[in-house]
Amino acid sequence: MAEPARLTRQDVAHVAALARLHLSDEELDLYTGQLAQVLDHAADVASLDLAGVAPTAHAMAVINVLRLDEPRPCLDRDEVLGQAPSVEDHRFRVPRILGEAP
Amino acid sequence: MTTPRPAQEIAAMIRAGEDSAVDVLEHHLAVIEAGEESIHAFNLVMGESARHRARAIDAQVAAGEDPGPLAGIPVALKDNLCTRGVPTTCSSRILEGWRPPYDATVVTRLADAGAVIIGKTNMDEFAMGSSTETSAFGTTCNPHDLTRVPGGSSGGSAAAVAAGFAPLALGSDTGGSIRQPAALCGVVGMKPTYGTVSRYGLVAFASSLDQIGPFATSVADAALLFDVIGGHDPLDSTSLNRPTPRVLSVLDEGVDGMTVGVLTEFLDGADPDVVARVNQAAEALAAAGARIEEISVPEVALGLSAYYLIAPGEASSNLARYDGVRYGVRVDAEDTVAMNTATRTAGFGAEVKRRIMLGTYVLSAGYMDAYYNQALRVRTKIIEGFATAYARCDVLLGPTAPTTAFAIGAKVDDPLTMYLSDVCTIPTNLAGHPAISIPFGPGDDGLPIGVQLLGPALSEGTLFQVAAVVEAAAPALRVPRITTGAPS
Repeated sequence: MAEPARLTRQDVAHVAALARLHLSDEELDLYTGQLAQVLDHAADVASLDLAGVAPTAHAMAVINVLRLDEPRPCLDRDEVLGQAPSVEDHRFRVPRILGEAP
Repeated sequence: MTTPRPAQEIAAMIRAGEDSAVDVLEHHLAVIEAGEESIHAFNLVMGESARHRARAIDAQVAAGEDPGPLAGIPVALKDNLCTRGVPTTCSSRILEGWRPPYDATVVTRLADAGAVIIGKTNMDEFAMGSSTETSAFGTTCNPHDLTRVPGGSSGGSAAAVAAGFAPLALGSDTGGSIRQPAALCGVVGMKPTYGTVSRYGLVAFASSLDQIGPFATSVADAALLFDVIGGHDPLDSTSLNRPTPRVLSVLDEGVDGMTVGVLTEFLDGADPDVVARVNQAAEALAAAGARIEEISVPEVALGLSAYYLIAPGEASSNLARYDGVRYGVRVDAEDTVAMNTATRTAGFGAEVKRRIMLGTYVLSAGYMDAYYNQALRVRTKIIEGFATAYARCDVLLGPTAPTTAFAIGAKVDDPLTMYLSDVCTIPTNLAGHPAISIPFGPGDDGLPIGVQLLGPALSEGTLFQVAAVVEAAAPALRVPRITTGAPS
């Protein structure tokens, strides 16, 4: 398999935005170097010819785990909401989303 | 400090009314009081709730009831195990102050067995690290040398048991986070087969790799704890619904007729004193009747690279839940995306950010097949490699870590070098197999060395059986002498 291109500063800025992390210019430089180093080490994996090998996502695969569809006790609503930073009318409260008027 | 009393013996005396849970607890709280300032094993010492619980255990015994196999035993919990109403931080600012609305299944099982939860232990933030230095609340020091790391990520649990703060502790092991700190602190640490211990209430790092397991000062005590926490749990959909091996009852069965493979890949790159201890353990097993052979599993050499693609990938997905909405800390901002970003930027430390970004990258369009999917194929090759080895050998033997405990600060600025300290533990997690680290004498620097036994899925009985023989032959370790005050 062809090795992907080396990680760039722009790549790191992009994944940071996707992951909802803000990085300073200094952090961008630092993380670009460190992450590129880890990915370089992973080149031994990326360059292997493993065509035809099935991927393993779970070593001890358990499939179709279902329970009976019957009511049973669940977590206490007030106890759960009591851990939220902001709550209104028994719901989680967040700041405005997108460009809505406040 | 005197040699620790076995948990089994303490529980037996409490159950017989010959010792009290309150006295046992007070002894351990006094040891914590004297040594915790130097070690910093705990994020939280639960003195009051533990006293309440110990009195209840003594009352049960007085009323003629049996509190269970862990009657009155203080147990320390890694701070990523949910305890209802009790702060659970994962050593991260983002969960500071969070009080889970439920108990982890292992916490419920400990309570049902009569254990006394004594505190929540320090760890690398979200279990991402090999030294406990990525904790947002300061590092834990190795009880054998306060200038050294205890290993990680379950460094607080390992140090707590090594320092005599608790006879037993629980940790979690995603790439070696129980076994490596156990080795560096000179205690027994075990990572069970994936699915044998419920992950319900274990804050997720990499869900296909995480397993909870025991720390103890002896193989027998680790077995006692494993028997309590193992078994199917309908609250964890990855829990194996089949009989869990019972281990305490097979400890004395010996190794006569077994074949033990010394895993050559794990010896490559290990320090000479570590290699010498592994060879010494092999000789002891041979003397006890096992057949020893050298075995190569070339695929394990790819484990580290595959792990640092798979685990960050899973982590980036799991940690997306820390968005400042449902629990934990929020940093307010004008809209929700800005609030999410401000919260995560302030709440996560550098190592967690590194892994989230690495994981996001390897799962992103254009790179997923080259990195993440390729690592999953390597995982298949590692499982096949182990299967070939286990066709010839009952268990494999190697070091747990390539070196003894390193100095605090030595690797913290160099992520790749830090990651390399997990090179001998990671393949087991990728395969979903069990493994156990047993202290096996000091290295040239006088610090503990751990030898590791690896087995195929659900071979816990065999592993503990062999571990007991290794332990019986282990050279003595200096008992940690903890001085109060700042490390010199």
